[in-house]
Amino acid sequence: MNLVNETRNDVVILYVKEERLDAHNSADLKSAVQKLFEDGKKNVLVDLKEVRFIDSSGLGALVSGFKNAISHQGNLKLSSLQSQVKSMFELTRLHRVFEIFPSTVEAIENFSS
Amino acid sequence: MEGNTIEVDIKVPNKTRYLSLIGRIGEDIAREIERYSGDKETLAYHLNLVLTEAMVNAIKHAGPKEPEKLVRIVISIHLDDLTIKVYDDGQGFDINTIPPPNFEELEDRGRGIFLIRTLMDSVCYRKSCRENILEMKKKLV
Repeated sequence: MNLVNETRNDVVILYVKEERLDAHNSADLKSAVQKLFEDGKKNVLVDLKEVRFIDSSGLGALVSGFKNAISHQGNLKLSSLQSQVKSMFELTRLHRVFEIFPSTVEAIENFSS
Repeated sequence: MEGNTIEVDIKVPNKTRYLSLIGRIGEDIAREIERYSGDKETLAYHLNLVLTEAMVNAIKHAGPKEPEKLVRIVISIHLDDLTIKVYDDGQGFDINTIPPPNFEELEDRGRGIFLIRTLMDSVCYRKSCRENILEMKKKLV
């Protein structure tokens, strides 16, 4: 899976550079997020700007990351969801669980506030 | 083939790397349905999703000891009726015993069949001695 990692204001931004986040590649995202929290990072932002399609496995990987954040007293937030991807969060009620921001800039402001 | 009928019969190796291929075929078919008056891009996403979820399901139920097996998918549209059948030759499962996700509990898994049920009008899973068929239907109106 193509993941690009950037740190800004103490927030690790993971850019998912894939058109699909599905059962084929979601395990890679799950372990990448897990490793960040295990390495002691506290604030992780997953940016889904390039993701056009997400399935239940992709959602599951993000849920796993969210739970990982909680168990490490950290935070995992999401940014830049395309409308159809966002509708999958709504369908599965996960939009109530995650903090979702329109852009990385807005998400990072929220981390700092 | 009749003028108003499309039938696509595909076999791919039971590996997740073929999910995007199957999903794209579903999207292309959705965009070709002239009679559909709803939003075709939403339908395209939904077909991509149910095909992806159903194929993952078939891969899971095909035994890991037989990695060379194929998954067969038949997508047919006749007038307003869309039917998708996904065949696997694993042990099968009873779809009626799968509970809906508990929205209060944060589980990593268990949303696939829920998504299929939500997006399609009817879903059934038939077991026979030779193979199992996950059949999903939707009225395209």
